[in-house]
Amino acid sequence: MGGNMQKGEFYRRDRNWHPPGYAPGYKSTVLRSPRRALLSLPQSPADLTGPVFGHGMLDPLDHDLIRNFGAGGEAIGERIVVHGRVVDQNAKPVAGTLLEVWQANACGRYRHVRDGYVAPLDPNFGGCGRVITDADGNFAFRTIKPGPYPWRNDGSDWRPAHIHFSIFGHAFTQRLISQFYFEGDPLIAKCPIVNTIRDRSAVDSLIARLDLENQTPFDHLTYRFDIVLRGRRSTFFENRPEGN
Amino acid sequence: MPVEPLKETPSQTAGPYVHIGTWPSAAGLPIRTQEKPNVMVGAGAKGERIRIEGMIHDGAGSVVTDAMLELWHANADGQFPGHWGRTITDLKTGEWFFESVKPGATKLADGRAEAPFATLIIFARGINIHLHTRIYFADEDRANAGDPTLKAVAEPHLQKTLIASRSTRSGQTVYRFDIRLQGDNETVFFDI
Repeated sequence: MGGNMQKGEFYRRDRNWHPPGYAPGYKSTVLRSPRRALLSLPQSPADLTGPVFGHGMLDPLDHDLIRNFGAGGEAIGERIVVHGRVVDQNAKPVAGTLLEVWQANACGRYRHVRDGYVAPLDPNFGGCGRVITDADGNFAFRTIKPGPYPWRNDGSDWRPAHIHFSIFGHAFTQRLISQFYFEGDPLIAKCPIVNTIRDRSAVDSLIARLDLENQTPFDHLTYRFDIVLRGRRSTFFENRPEGN
Repeated sequence: MPVEPLKETPSQTAGPYVHIGTWPSAAGLPIRTQEKPNVMVGAGAKGERIRIEGMIHDGAGSVVTDAMLELWHANADGQFPGHWGRTITDLKTGEWFFESVKPGATKLADGRAEAPFATLIIFARGINIHLHTRIYFADEDRANAGDPTLKAVAEPHLQKTLIASRSTRSGQTVYRFDIRLQGDNETVFFDI
């Protein structure tokens, strides 16, 4: 059988599981969501392949947001390690893929030319990191827990603490950008951006869990966050003329 | 119980501060300043050097100035791995661009030929899951006429939203590809 098994297309994206483009509770979607239905296409070689990023691009401190900015001092805030595993929908590890993260500082302020929130910047925190998963799909980075911050959606909504992440996988169809949250945060249920997702179990899958057993004693707490990327169908018999 | 694949991690918007993680010097961070992710090929890459540029408009016609875009396309011979790039809409003008080589024609698994194209994905505040479109090239009339995707789009005014116009500026080939997220002349977006 193994000889006949081929990797087929990726499973279709479940558009009811992902948030819809038009979700008026998050007002910015109103003018930025297409009105026509997305056109479904078969997957072409451009969709089944993707860029590969090597360790050569990484700085030794890219995974350590506590120390990778500023002039040698450490960022202020609740010290945490976030670790997890990237697998595909078939539960196979996604090895050697680039994971990029960005976040606000411990007061909820982003180091960005456009963020005018009154909370102060931390001279030792940039909020930018990246790692490449190992052979089993594992990753870990060290940072401070970001703070919540207000934004003008319904006057003054508050974002729950969150870390943005971007991941490539091995094919462009697996490309994903999202955000993860922290277990126990009462702001999660009230967030208009979280609530663009309709399925509660989908929201739960974006919440990092406290992993007390894997703390570094007297240094930092640890959170666990696992990521699932699209997986490929197995096709056992090729629908193709003999000898082609 | 039937066999079910795991559920994919759900998408959330990249938000207005996407630059911090994806092109930090554009956010004002003095790090990785040597990285130019919108220059997709080195000086020695095979193929015609091209620039692809455009703007993004929302449903009210306003220019989007906080998007991040990625491009992936075959090399000049139509082979993968190809060339990848990332760009941002300029924080003031909204103009974005890539520098690359023109991709070659590719083939679907069933053998049908595809016209040369580049896959473009768009992330931004207000976009809950990235939008996926394709850039075809105006000087490829014959190949475009036979392309399975453009044929699936069918209506000429919709096909036009996927075809970049070609011009020459200071000796350089420039393709223009403006994107409309919503409304009249809305760009065709795909579910792939």
